[in-house]
Amino acid sequence: MNGFAKPLLVVAAVVLLALVPALMPGYFTSLATLTLIYALLAMSVDILAGYAGRTPLCHGAIFGTATYVVMYYVTTAGGNSWLALPLGLAAALAVSFIFAALAVRTSGVYFLLLTLALGMIVWGVCLRWTSVTGGENGLRGNSRPEILTDPIVFYYFVLAVGLAAAFVMWRFVQSPFGLTLKGIRESESRMRSLGYNTTQHLLIGFLFSGLMAGLSGVLYAYFNSFVSPSTVALAQSVKGLLMVIVGGVGTLFGGIVGAAVIIGLENVVSSVTERWSMVLGGLFVLTMIFAPHGIVGLLRSYLARRAGR
Amino acid sequence: MESTLLQLVNSLTFAALLFLVASGFTLIFGLMRIVNLAHGAMYLMGGYVAYAAATASGSFLAGVLAAVLAVVVLGLAVQWLLRFCKGNELRQVLLTLGLGLMLNDAALVIFGGDTFSVPTPEVLRGPVQLFGIYYPRYRLAVLVVGIIVLLLLWLLMNRTRLGALIRAGVDDAETVEAMGINIRQVFVATFALGMALAAIAGALGGAFLSLYPTADSEILVYSLAVVIIGGRGSLGGAAVGSLAVAMLSTFGQVWFPELSYFVIFGPMALLLAFRPHGLFGRTA
Repeated sequence: MNGFAKPLLVVAAVVLLALVPALMPGYFTSLATLTLIYALLAMSVDILAGYAGRTPLCHGAIFGTATYVVMYYVTTAGGNSWLALPLGLAAALAVSFIFAALAVRTSGVYFLLLTLALGMIVWGVCLRWTSVTGGENGLRGNSRPEILTDPIVFYYFVLAVGLAAAFVMWRFVQSPFGLTLKGIRESESRMRSLGYNTTQHLLIGFLFSGLMAGLSGVLYAYFNSFVSPSTVALAQSVKGLLMVIVGGVGTLFGGIVGAAVIIGLENVVSSVTERWSMVLGGLFVLTMIFAPHGIVGLLRSYLARRAGR
Repeated sequence: MESTLLQLVNSLTFAALLFLVASGFTLIFGLMRIVNLAHGAMYLMGGYVAYAAATASGSFLAGVLAAVLAVVVLGLAVQWLLRFCKGNELRQVLLTLGLGLMLNDAALVIFGGDTFSVPTPEVLRGPVQLFGIYYPRYRLAVLVVGIIVLLLLWLLMNRTRLGALIRAGVDDAETVEAMGINIRQVFVATFALGMALAAIAGALGGAFLSLYPTADSEILVYSLAVVIIGGRGSLGGAAVGSLAVAMLSTFGQVWFPELSYFVIFGPMALLLAFRPHGLFGRTA
């Protein structure tokens, strides 16, 4: 792509997203809202999976913690919806800090396993701590700020927040600090001998990623007005990770494509059958076997083969 | 005092069950460098098959055998699928994760969301008096099975050729292969062994923990905690880890009923701060 094509593509994408409520109002707009929320989650996962080279399976738990805090604060404690936003983010940061402090010294499969176990503990607590989380029944009630009640207004709110967050994440991975994360991905020992405090860098990267996952969790609480243990379950982390893999690991914005594909597919599948979990698992298996580099990677290798012929 | 004793015996029997699940889990992890995230689903499948077979035939033993057979076949299928991602451990782990989701959903389709208990054999029903408390005979039998399996596994690992190959493979699979041994077969044998253990645990656990759709996730978390505490590929680590996790969760459930999950987590975190690869683990 030449110098002009990339900014042009971004502008076109933003214009297209801004036109969604006008072109396809009603149900489709709410689907697009959900896609944007999940795109944010996927991008936050990609910061760790793609840039720091640490594949996490705990982001569903961080995301869901923020959702739970917002729902609890607004519906049970009767707090203000806007005030719930910083509270949700703070909770996500606190959980991320605990996770990060324990997990950043490991890598590879061990990191995956550890974050998985930590995320499942959050799930277990949400399931059993009935007096606060409502157990299996979860928490229900409107948590959205009043001025965002209209679905179209809410869509634009999510779009604005999402674009701002995407920009911040893009700046983050492009920054000198983001490059040190890439360096750690390639060789942690080399980065350490260059004088970088790799543990600290990973910790900060993890916290930033967790903060973004928390932001999407807060938006999800506003969107869904309901939270149950399935929001923090492993399947949620798996979904986020699958979006990243489908969109292409380490591409950041690939997460948006991945989210659109997975949410779209979930919607289609759910209208036909209740077996979404089966399809999600099957999709994961097929992706791992046939397209570990995602749709973007698949297209790229296909084009390379065409060009080589 | 009596209730403490009761909790102590409870945690011992639970530890025996956890050891059955986690020993296979840790052996596969140690040898093949992959965490089989479908292990919990295999446990659940084993339990359901045992339930179906035991109620149909009226024999508990037939239930256990059917569970082992079904889960080993399933496990070999998983192993076959793993070949498509050879050489990339992270992809293999994620593949088992997807398979775990599918198996869990398949179990939900076949058996529904109800709670089942595997019927226990006649001879093991009823209580037995022990140090002044009455205790279910069946749970003590599980403890005995756990100890027997620990001994058999120890003999297998330390006194047989296969055990020697597995131990060598845990340390350095490539070198073992270079010495003219078909490490692939050792992998298959270990995987089948782990699956058989998961199936037995599912059948035994299905009788006193009962079977329900989220039981696989719970067992998976416990197994992960055991492996994280004990370190991968270590039988002794699995035994110590099972004991620790079972004690923490049993007493945690009594003292903090709603936060029992959290109680396993505290000591695990403390341990990780000092030994990121577990008590008996070695860095890869």
